[in-house]
Amino acid sequence: MTPRSRPLTLALPLVTLAVAALLPFVLSNFRLFQFTQVFIYAIALLGLNILTGYNGQISLGHGAFYALGAYTSGIMMDRWNAPFLTTLPVAGAVCLGAGFLFGIPALRLEGLYLALATFSLALAVPQILKYFEHWTGGSQGLVLSKPEAPFRLTLSPDQWLYFVALATLVLSMILAWNLLRGRTGRALIAIRDHHIAAEAMGVNSALYKSLAFGVSAGFTGVAGGLSAGAIAFVAPDAFNVFLSVTFLVGIVIGGLASIAGVVWGALFIQFVPNWAQDISKAAPWAIYGVFLIVFMYTMPRGIAGTIRTVWARRRVNVRSSPAKGGPP
Amino acid sequence: MAALLTASELRARYGWTRVLHGVSFEVEEGGITTILGANGAGKTTTLRAVSGLVSTEGSVHFAGGRIDGRAPEDLVRAGIAHVPEGRGTFVGLTVEENLRLGAYARRERARSDDFERVYQYFPILRERRRQVAGTLSGGEQQMLAIARALMLSPRLLLLDEPSLGLAPLVMREIFRIVRAINRDHGVSVLLVEQNAAIALELADHAYVLETGRVVLAGPPAILKQDDAVRRSYLGY
Amino acid sequence: MDIFLQQVVSGLATGGIYASLALALVMIYQATDVVNFAQGEMAMFSTYLAWSMLNAGLPYWVAFTATLAIAFVGGLLIERIVIRPVENAPVLAVVIVCIGLLVILNSVAGWIYSYIQKPFPSPFPGTPIRFGNVVFGAHDLGAIGITLVVLLFLYVFFRYTTLGLAMRAAAQNPVSSRLCGVRVGWMLAIGWGLAALVGAVAGMMVAPIVFLDPNMMAGILIYAFASATLGGFTSPGGAVVGGLLVGVIENLVGTYVRFIGTELKLTVALAIIIIVLVVKPSGLFGRVVVRRV
Repeated sequence: MTPRSRPLTLALPLVTLAVAALLPFVLSNFRLFQFTQVFIYAIALLGLNILTGYNGQISLGHGAFYALGAYTSGIMMDRWNAPFLTTLPVAGAVCLGAGFLFGIPALRLEGLYLALATFSLALAVPQILKYFEHWTGGSQGLVLSKPEAPFRLTLSPDQWLYFVALATLVLSMILAWNLLRGRTGRALIAIRDHHIAAEAMGVNSALYKSLAFGVSAGFTGVAGGLSAGAIAFVAPDAFNVFLSVTFLVGIVIGGLASIAGVVWGALFIQFVPNWAQDISKAAPWAIYGVFLIVFMYTMPRGIAGTIRTVWARRRVNVRSSPAKGGPP
Repeated sequence: MAALLTASELRARYGWTRVLHGVSFEVEEGGITTILGANGAGKTTTLRAVSGLVSTEGSVHFAGGRIDGRAPEDLVRAGIAHVPEGRGTFVGLTVEENLRLGAYARRERARSDDFERVYQYFPILRERRRQVAGTLSGGEQQMLAIARALMLSPRLLLLDEPSLGLAPLVMREIFRIVRAINRDHGVSVLLVEQNAAIALELADHAYVLETGRVVLAGPPAILKQDDAVRRSYLGY
Repeated sequence: MDIFLQQVVSGLATGGIYASLALALVMIYQATDVVNFAQGEMAMFSTYLAWSMLNAGLPYWVAFTATLAIAFVGGLLIERIVIRPVENAPVLAVVIVCIGLLVILNSVAGWIYSYIQKPFPSPFPGTPIRFGNVVFGAHDLGAIGITLVVLLFLYVFFRYTTLGLAMRAAAQNPVSSRLCGVRVGWMLAIGWGLAALVGAVAGMMVAPIVFLDPNMMAGILIYAFASATLGGFTSPGGAVVGGLLVGVIENLVGTYVRFIGTELKLTVALAIIIIVLVVKPSGLFGRVVVRRV
């Protein structure tokens, strides 16, 4: 990062944040809800990206952790009248533990086999949720009441949820950035790119991979908890395998191994289905499919990846312009 | 004797890294030409440039026509057989299947005399013809790779470091067979080698490549006398 | 004992369908390291095309053969046109393209043919066949027969023809194949064509049983995953054996174990996948790939 570009890389997120903070006062409740959902998805995608993008472990089952977080939050609010905000760290912790535990047997599996295992997990989720009726309310699910703004702040529930989600997203991104830029991040990436070499250099591959699973699940669990509040309803069929596949779509479209990319991915998975619906009432998913394919043709490394490449190429051209055609 | 293959000012790169900086050489019809060099000199890249696996600037002429920029699948049909670095045998297929694939590009089907000819040069392959190629030893796999190239009835044989990983005795045997193939069937050979001693014994003409440039060229007898070559490549 | 035999044969029939789809998945996976999530939808769409032809009055076997031809060409074109632009992209990008293909095919089928279930005829008579006390459905036996014929054809093709050899070579070692003059891209396309053809057979054999609707193949795809996992994703023969075993296991479990009702229909498939991955991830016949570093 050259000295000249540093202000730009700081200014951009700050400006975006400022704009985001102002939106609740200009948008309708429905639009607000949509953007809240975008932030929630972004946190979920952040979790998945840590595992799949940075650490190379493919998960087709993160919907399960999202569901676990949502139900943790939902049950706490429904049974024990716990305040909404307190349910979020609990959801995160529960999922962190569950993810870590799942990560241990998953150590033996790579690539396709891990994808199959997590895929099976995702398929089983609705059935498991319906089975434990006593806790989960079975197929009917749990109806919750929308959290209200505390301290008698003059914010509607929708606005309050929007700010909670936004704040959680910003916190999560800072946390993830901190985690990934140090030794931990390098270890995760080393394991992804060449785990034998990484182990030969003393990286405790097993520990890091399980931790990655746990941390990843934790983030996604918090997102799930947020969604319980935002939608004020949790039911098994909302957490089907399609959700997990959507998360995978989100991180690939947004850009693997990119923190900023999760926002792009979340915007895609929230809004493109709606656009598809607008374009064609008869076969909206066909349009969605076309979007997916076109995106992969033009941006195989995702939106963030493409931005990165374009940015890097621009800088190389600027640097080598006096001696054109020479070796870099 | 006319040149069967002429390469002129080859420039190639992998990504941003330039590997060849203007390499030119010739292979005479019916001759054996060798390109020597240490690791990283660009020898493998040179062969890949000839067989079309790597794109280059500069030109390559073969049998009177220009071939640079054409796909390897087409050049195989023109009679260029490339035995790649690391042999490139189909380890999951049998010896016989490997050989059949060698003849795939020919217009006529491989006949039993094609197999016979190859088994004459490499009798061990006849013994192992139904064995899966992955179970063969390193030397046997190298023989299989050359045999597969021979099934094409090529005009030009490109050999990439055939001596790599082989015991000296096996190596000598293989080189003896290559000379025989060249002599009996007039197959021209472009041999890329790190083992300069044995390559100079085999070749009619030699080039020395260093970091992507030809630094020396001439008949082996002359090169063997050259001090720099002796010190760097022949070890004395 | 009679019931046992009947269930085994019935299981082999559905197993043959799973085996066909599993084989299609493994064929493409072996050549490209990509699992084609759209394989089921391609089969479903082919079956709908057959339905259209039958509806237009074509005799069954004419429609059947025409569907196989169209499926082959369709699969080939899909590889050349849809997959080719991303063939050098990261694996996950190709997976997303396959998912895109999946939703497109599903959505278009629903749009053209609606989501109402349609009956699909079987070429085999409705009357059951008796062997003493044991009764077998004619369609079950017929489906087993058709599956065997298709699998035999594929086996002979890959083992004994030059083109089959070239395709195997292209899947194992694309670079060396190019150096033998094999046009690897086209080998891949033909592979997709054959996979689509096999899938179409599976679709037409299963449609009379489960009725034709756009989501028909979703559950079968899961069972195909289970079959390929059990048999080994690196082994085409294993995928076939896996499919037959899964079919039989599913049927026997459904018959003899009380609490597996239709609600938990997928449970058997999931259980098989998890058990195999825990015990031996590479499956019964899969090879553990040892890579030199």
